[in-house]
Amino acid sequence: MSIDISQFHDVFFEESFEGLDAMEGGLLDLDVGAADVEAINTIFRAAHSIKGGAGTFGFMSVSEFTHVMETMLDEMRNGQREVTGESTNLLLESVDVLREMLTAVQQKTETDDERIAEVRTKLEAMMSGEDNVAEDVTETTSEVAVDDEEDGSASQGWFITFRPHQHLLQTGNDPVRMLRELDSLGDLSVEVLDDKLPPFSDLEPEDSYLAWNLTLKGDIPKEDVVEIFEWVDDDCDLEIVELMSEESDSGSTEEAEKQEAIEPEVVEVDASITSEPEVAISTPEAAPAAVPKAAAKAKAAPAASSIRVGTDKVDSLINLVGELVITQSMLSQIGDNFTPEMLPQLIDGLAQLERNSREMQEGIMRIRMLPISFAFNRFPRLVHDMTDKMGKKVELKLTGEQTELDKTVMEKIGDPLVHLVRNSLDHGLETPEVRLAAGKSETGLLQLKAFHQGGNIVIEIHDDGAGLNEEKILGKAVEKGLVDAEEILSPEKIHDLIFLPGFSTADVVTDVSGRGVGMDVVRKNINSLGGTVEVVSKRGEGSVFTIRLPLTLAIMDGQTIRVADESYIIPLISIIETLEVKTSEIKRVSGKGELYPLRDEYVPVIRMYDVFNLTPKTTDLEEGLLVIVEGEGQKVGLFIDDLLGQQQVVIKSLETNYRKVVGVSGATILGDGTVALILDVPGLMALYREPSLALVVNNDQAA
Amino acid sequence: MAKILAVDDSASMRQMVSFTLKAAGHTVTDAADGQQALNIAKTQSFDLVLTDVNMPVMDGLTLTKNLRGLPAYRFTPILVLTTEAGMDKKQEGRAAGATGWLVKPFNPDQLLATIKKVLG
Repeated sequence: MSIDISQFHDVFFEESFEGLDAMEGGLLDLDVGAADVEAINTIFRAAHSIKGGAGTFGFMSVSEFTHVMETMLDEMRNGQREVTGESTNLLLESVDVLREMLTAVQQKTETDDERIAEVRTKLEAMMSGEDNVAEDVTETTSEVAVDDEEDGSASQGWFITFRPHQHLLQTGNDPVRMLRELDSLGDLSVEVLDDKLPPFSDLEPEDSYLAWNLTLKGDIPKEDVVEIFEWVDDDCDLEIVELMSEESDSGSTEEAEKQEAIEPEVVEVDASITSEPEVAISTPEAAPAAVPKAAAKAKAAPAASSIRVGTDKVDSLINLVGELVITQSMLSQIGDNFTPEMLPQLIDGLAQLERNSREMQEGIMRIRMLPISFAFNRFPRLVHDMTDKMGKKVELKLTGEQTELDKTVMEKIGDPLVHLVRNSLDHGLETPEVRLAAGKSETGLLQLKAFHQGGNIVIEIHDDGAGLNEEKILGKAVEKGLVDAEEILSPEKIHDLIFLPGFSTADVVTDVSGRGVGMDVVRKNINSLGGTVEVVSKRGEGSVFTIRLPLTLAIMDGQTIRVADESYIIPLISIIETLEVKTSEIKRVSGKGELYPLRDEYVPVIRMYDVFNLTPKTTDLEEGLLVIVEGEGQKVGLFIDDLLGQQQVVIKSLETNYRKVVGVSGATILGDGTVALILDVPGLMALYREPSLALVVNNDQAA
Repeated sequence: MAKILAVDDSASMRQMVSFTLKAAGHTVTDAADGQQALNIAKTQSFDLVLTDVNMPVMDGLTLTKNLRGLPAYRFTPILVLTTEAGMDKKQEGRAAGATGWLVKPFNPDQLLATIKKVLG
């Protein structure tokens, strides 16, 4: 039977990458000098599984590489090798190489053979301190060659004496099936030896007493015969003598056979391990020619992105579908012979339907939710490597790793998070000497926290480092012409300057963090996810970067509003309050239009009918409402005719279906089937400051 | 056809082994570690147990020892799947009461051939 094992590759890759993460995490947690055996065991097991799986699924290069790592880990868990910082770092590097190899195999792209060979050589060099792997290997190889030659010579057949020990049956082995197998090899004649058979009264039914003289005729390789007894050679007395061999010197043959009876497994497996590297090393010229084709093919068919969903989530969905079906049948029953008296029932049914669909929607959204540990789990390694490089001591603390986040948001938040963490490590946390001089503990603390707050996910990056240097920031901002020298700014405003494009305070550009292309991009990326980022900092005590993200990108809570005869949606999250205003409160400032005094600040008023070129029902502010919204830290008041209702809306992209429109982030379909535009508050503000933006986009489109 | 208990902590190996055995007409129950397998073995009977050696919670050798201690499993063939080619591991397997072993990596055909050896 032929079974296509490539169908299991996806699962193999998935579990291997998980295994690598586990190895990485385990290695980072290892205490140099006093490593926990169970911790090493876990790392070993992951390597072991990857090796076994890679071998089974035919990824020999991966399997061989892992074998070297496994051997080293095996020595560590057996206490034969000390866990040193050096060996841990080398294993971490090996994990990286292995991850690259697996990725390359998965995407059918080329591997960096030089790097693989380099790391492998390093591993082997470290190992050779105690035993020389390479030599062992060649020795065994030569043995194989000799054995093979011997086995190659055909024989007339074999005379076998097989005397099982009494307990043989209790190992689950059965002499009958061995005899049957021998029979299938050639012409078998069997002579039973019952000399050890006890009197019936002493007979233990669970023991074996019989022995056999077996004559097997035919041109049969000895290996095949030995293999049949492979599992029982310690549980029986076994002699295999070649039949009618002319030069038969029974003494030496027997010896040789006994040896082989013990060795075949060793030989077989070592051969598979040793022969592969030779192939890999000896054909580097031939291989590249074939690889690019495979790579080109792979690009044409990128792997579909998949998501792992807990069974509990799927089960709850199935349950919900069940309820939906029940509701549906109830409603159709009511509909079949409807009478006005049944109206309350109908209303009940509809309410149930609404609840069902909301729960379904939530359940389906939950499928896309992943614990934020997916984004956090790279940081232990990153912090380890960076602090190593910079000579700093930093403890990393992760909290709220189980907080769930939409998969798309997760994928996009990774880079900004890395940037912020690097930034804290590079600019925030000080070297041990500086910290001690400042009266702090030698080891800095970096905390990553994730939690829910309202409809948002909040991620905080705390460091107890030096904090932001306000004079330096202000000086830089003035120097770069970002602010006026005379301008008096609050500390918060100064801190916020670091998010301006082109801003960098690093005295020396390091390879660790930014080259001044950092924070503005971070803010831009987070804003594009519908989130915000801000910083709170205190000199000498550290900084906290706070990222707020929406739970999901596909659905949001919206407030439906009416402007003239049109409906629009304002994201609920950006609404601060809605007011009725008196015309007398409005201040008119030349060049800035109308301002509304909201407590201690003046908020610009944007008349929505102007923005969308509608014929207003009223231009009198007192007849409509002012919705105060906030975006990018600034507030504006939107003048609308009426508030209609709140609902969750599914966001449809305007860009993919039409084109980008400033001030509008997308569209949705309302309950009555009409389309409503979703307002983009930051966009509206930009439009208010620079009304020509709307035209610019049009021109772009035309060009 | 036989009732087989397949134990491996690696999901891909488990799927491969189960799929192969099922395709050959066997009935397969799988478990992700020794403890799970032992719990299953106590409530059902099997004609053959296939187990990986290196597993979390309970390894394959401990599972084998435990199974041999159960009256229903005194003579049941137990095969260990192992990448360890060295003799010491095999001796341990034998000492634990394993019937035989299958060395990883193996392909579906080798698996079926080995199964045939014990099931006849």
